[in-house]
Amino acid sequence: MDGTDLGLWGVPLAMLAGAIRVSTPFIFVSLGECLTERSGRINLGLEGTLMMGAMTAYGTALLSGSPWLGVLVAAGVGLLLGALHAALCQLPKVNDIATGIGLMLFGTGLAFFLGKPYIQPKAPNLGALDLGAWSSISQVQQALQVNPLFLIGIALAFALAWALKNTRWGLIVRLAGESVDAALAIGASVGRVRLLATAVGGAFAGIGGAFLSLYYPGSWNEGLSSGQGLMAVALVIFARWDPIRCLWASLLFGAAGAISPALQSVGVTQGYYLFSAAPYVLTLALMIATCSPARSLRGAPGELGAVK
Amino acid sequence: MGTALERIAVSALALLASAVIFGLLLVFYAGVDPFEAYALMYQGAFGSWFSFQNTLTRAAPLILTALCTALPARLGLIIIGNEGALVLGGVAAAAAGVAVAASGPLVTNLAMAAAAMVVGGAWIALAGGLRQYRGVNETISSLLLTYIAIALMNHFVEGPLRDPTSLNKPSTPPIGDANMLGTIAGSDVHWGLAFGIAACLICYLVQRFTTFGFAMQVIGGNPKTARMMGLNVGRYVLIACAAGGAAAGLAGMVEVAAVHGKANASLAVGYGFTGILVSFLARHHPLAIIPVAILLGGIGASGGLLQRRLDLPDAAVVVLQGIIFVCILASETLYGRSWAWLWRFRAAEGR
Repeated sequence: MDGTDLGLWGVPLAMLAGAIRVSTPFIFVSLGECLTERSGRINLGLEGTLMMGAMTAYGTALLSGSPWLGVLVAAGVGLLLGALHAALCQLPKVNDIATGIGLMLFGTGLAFFLGKPYIQPKAPNLGALDLGAWSSISQVQQALQVNPLFLIGIALAFALAWALKNTRWGLIVRLAGESVDAALAIGASVGRVRLLATAVGGAFAGIGGAFLSLYYPGSWNEGLSSGQGLMAVALVIFARWDPIRCLWASLLFGAAGAISPALQSVGVTQGYYLFSAAPYVLTLALMIATCSPARSLRGAPGELGAVK
Repeated sequence: MGTALERIAVSALALLASAVIFGLLLVFYAGVDPFEAYALMYQGAFGSWFSFQNTLTRAAPLILTALCTALPARLGLIIIGNEGALVLGGVAAAAAGVAVAASGPLVTNLAMAAAAMVVGGAWIALAGGLRQYRGVNETISSLLLTYIAIALMNHFVEGPLRDPTSLNKPSTPPIGDANMLGTIAGSDVHWGLAFGIAACLICYLVQRFTTFGFAMQVIGGNPKTARMMGLNVGRYVLIACAAGGAAAGLAGMVEVAAVHGKANASLAVGYGFTGILVSFLARHHPLAIIPVAILLGGIGASGGLLQRRLDLPDAAVVVLQGIIFVCILASETLYGRSWAWLWRFRAAEGR
């Protein structure tokens, strides 16, 4: 260990660092899922999109030497996978939840299949901004190393919230999610709106994957994602389909995910695996606390079948 | 939905489509002759008595975990927590097996099966209960429960239940060679396959010939009607989820009692996730699950041969499974319309 011994203060500090580092994929995936669900469709396949994004970003960065090109390619792949999901769900009688599970399996498998050659080599990472340079404590400096994607994610959350509320496009997306009849009445094509919303949502998830492989943990392997793509779905429900609340919820999840390594670093090794389940338990607890059998959730898009 | 012939025809079409898509991927990405690959897969899965037994051994847990999705699906629920129920069932079975290991193989195996089924059943019933009484989406909750289950398994295997002599791979103490579940006479296939087939038969008979099964069908068709008829929907949801979870838990017991001899991380190798696919491919029909599980067990068994002979990544099998899954789901759209399309096609030809 280098730096000052912070004792138990190391735990909240590590959780802050975790909230900043681990939350970025959650921010992107949950914003993507939020947009998709506001248009009236649920995409459970974002876990697969996340893995494909991580793999293609890593591969591109390795071959081209430019990590930001990797982020761009990951977004493109996410866009395609999202569009595939939307196109399949557009067919009559095809269930969007089941299709999501299918694409989750497909995306994960394809990422492992195509990504086999990239497991060993080391690709260039996305850099970080040192926002902690004012502090003399090295742990604080480490905790405040912020990746630009984190800041982009925050900006995206506010931009999405503003666009959904104030723009014509936002209105049409919300209409498609609230009432198909109303959307048809103003002459919007519900199918096309959902196709675009799902595709763009997939692109966000792809960027989230790029963060995983190019910054933290910062390598490509088959255990890279541990369900972040799916937890994001629960997170959106917890955030009541509001982009700003998605941002807060992502930070909370990032902090929860950092509990177990943080405790280990101060010598608490008992129950390491139990604490590692904290984000999942938290998600489940939040869903139990916020759901109700009698009514659909406050803030839920009216056309969203999954939460009815 | 559709006649039996239509169901088989549409499923076959979807399988053919996935074979073509996977074949294209092999040609254009890996530069492998797809016909050679499929011939190898056949050889690795069904080509010899040895490989067929391997396939059947892999099919056993798939049959049992598929029931975990198929039974609640009858009521309109999509449960995907199969892997979690399997893993916890395996840990419970190992704990029970070690506790009563001195009392003979029969008692040991019965105790293991009972513990596994109770734990697996309770785990999935939790997802069903949350759905019924709290309105929590069962698909998401059952998946979260899977991650929690795997964390619990790691906790028990590396902590309270750990055998101090297992150094490299933390495991529970072995249940002992004498207590292992044997093989079906004249083969190397363990009794888990028979358990799975029996479970499917029982589920089929209950669904087809009892009022309980009929009530399940009514609830799956229209829960409102069922409630107006006075059916206690919550009770059926809990029972179906518990039965499905018990089947998946039993799969975990079989893996411990017949394959590994102890519980460790090898339990979570994805049988539960493939079981979801088996159930969807079989359209949640208990009898159709058996051949579908053998088919997918065969695909899994052939993965090693593909890896050795064609130098394909081991994930090739997962990709194929994913493609099959998506094609099967997309093929739903053909039901009730395939004949109309055929008719239009013929009319166009006649002109």
